[in-house]
Amino acid sequence: MGDPATLGTARAPLADGMIRVEIKEKRFGRLPVLSHVAFEVAPAETVAITGPSGIGKSTLLRIVAGIDKEFAGRVDTPARIAMVFQEPTLLPWRSARENLTLVHPGLTRAEADAALARVGLAEKAGDFPGQLSLGQQRRLALARAFAGRPELLILDEPFVSLDPETAETMIALTEALIKEARPATLFVTHSETEARRLATRILSLRGSPATLAPHAVPIKGVNP
Amino acid sequence: MTDSRVVTGISLAGLILFWWAAALLTADPTILPEPGALIAPFLRELASGDLLYHLGQTLVRVAWAFLLAMGLGLALGLAMGRSERLNRWLDPWLVVFLNLPALVLIVLCYLWIGLNETAAILAVTLNKVPNVTTVIREGARAVSPELDAMARVYRMSWWTRLTHVTLPQLAPFIAGAARSGVAVIWKIVLVVEFLGRSSGIGFKIHMYFQLFDVTMVLVYALSFIAIMLAVEWAILQPWERRVRRWRTA
Ligand SMILES: Nc1ncnc2c1ncn2[C@@H]1O[C@H](COP(=O)(O)OP(=O)(O)OP(=O)(O)O)[C@@H](O)[C@H]1O
Ligand SMILES: [Mg+2]
Repeated sequence: MGDPATLGTARAPLADGMIRVEIKEKRFGRLPVLSHVAFEVAPAETVAITGPSGIGKSTLLRIVAGIDKEFAGRVDTPARIAMVFQEPTLLPWRSARENLTLVHPGLTRAEADAALARVGLAEKAGDFPGQLSLGQQRRLALARAFAGRPELLILDEPFVSLDPETAETMIALTEALIKEARPATLFVTHSETEARRLATRILSLRGSPATLAPHAVPIKGVNP
Repeated sequence: MTDSRVVTGISLAGLILFWWAAALLTADPTILPEPGALIAPFLRELASGDLLYHLGQTLVRVAWAFLLAMGLGLALGLAMGRSERLNRWLDPWLVVFLNLPALVLIVLCYLWIGLNETAAILAVTLNKVPNVTTVIREGARAVSPELDAMARVYRMSWWTRLTHVTLPQLAPFIAGAARSGVAVIWKIVLVVEFLGRSSGIGFKIHMYFQLFDVTMVLVYALSFIAIMLAVEWAILQPWERRVRRWRTA
């Protein structure tokens, strides 16, 4: 719980489209989880966040996404944000198509069907999420994220608990969709290979409370 | 499905048989008439239009009280389930109202507001709101924080959130509150009519009670029970199946 006077500010409109994160501190009760985590993400840049389990990766993403506003510091993000959660987090009582059109009211039926077809769920538009396999549910969550043309895309371990083959399909699909839509992307992963494959830059969380490791390595030669 | 219907049928037939046997043993139709003896008076009341008129009056009161109690209880339960602060403030009120005997509320409403329709419907509504609130609050506490976060990230409008994210999660609780709601409300409506209205099934029962006419009391009571069972089977149960469709698909 942050002291109300130091609550984080989020989502100020940005002229240059840069995403700026400056978290001075985030604590749960008395336990500080994050301390001095500051970084920027440029438009169309893909940044991976790694670190051991329980270090605060999901916490960081929730702050950037604007879900958690109780922190000290500030976060500047664009208006259109999409997030793929650790679990698919779909509306189980609505069809696959409605899961897109309800979340994005601007989306027509045809556009929703096209988005479903793009992730290989053309046949499943009328099915409830409970009738889909976990891999299909994950792809639906991915379609939902991209259907809003996000300026910032946030992914929290979107490939965990899938068998290697399904995971590979998901990674390739995500890679292709990011190339098409080119949102600024922030994603959490445990896997070094995933990070190297998708990201232009890797940030590691270390220590307790967690801070960014000094060696924020650029890969693929792209710098913000 | 068909199996359970057969059992229901046989069980109800058994009840009528039991009644018939009891009537034979009593051997006094002014105390307990046998089932067949109700048919002629029932048809007479139906033909005169009396039965339908009073049934209609009672049903309108049931409908009003039901809608008001569900609406208020839903809003209150949601608010209290979502906000622990509000819950701490309002919970003692809820406990007081939950433990207030129906009769006390009815008498007080009549005394304060007068022997009129507003007082009657308000008395029934106030009797049911605390119950609906308690049930809905339970549901609102169980609302998924993950779906909440999703709705927030994607900036869903409050109306879409309410109708497509929150209410579907509450559906089993709403259905439960509605079913027990109807059952309790129509019983209280009869008491309210008995005590202070000049129309409705409760009023007729009061009238025939003063005339010691068991046959007519049974005619009116059973007609109304039949209607309420029909509402349960024809409206509430199909609706409940519909909102559960996604679970079984
Ligand atoms: N709502 C909460 N209340 C209290 N503590 C919390 C809460 N959420 C997370 N924590 C704590 O904060 C720390 C960071 O949690 P977080 O979920 O961000 O870890 P993570 O890096 O995403 O882990 P994983 O890789 O296992 O998903 C953990 O120690 C966790 O127990
Ligand atoms: Mg996590």
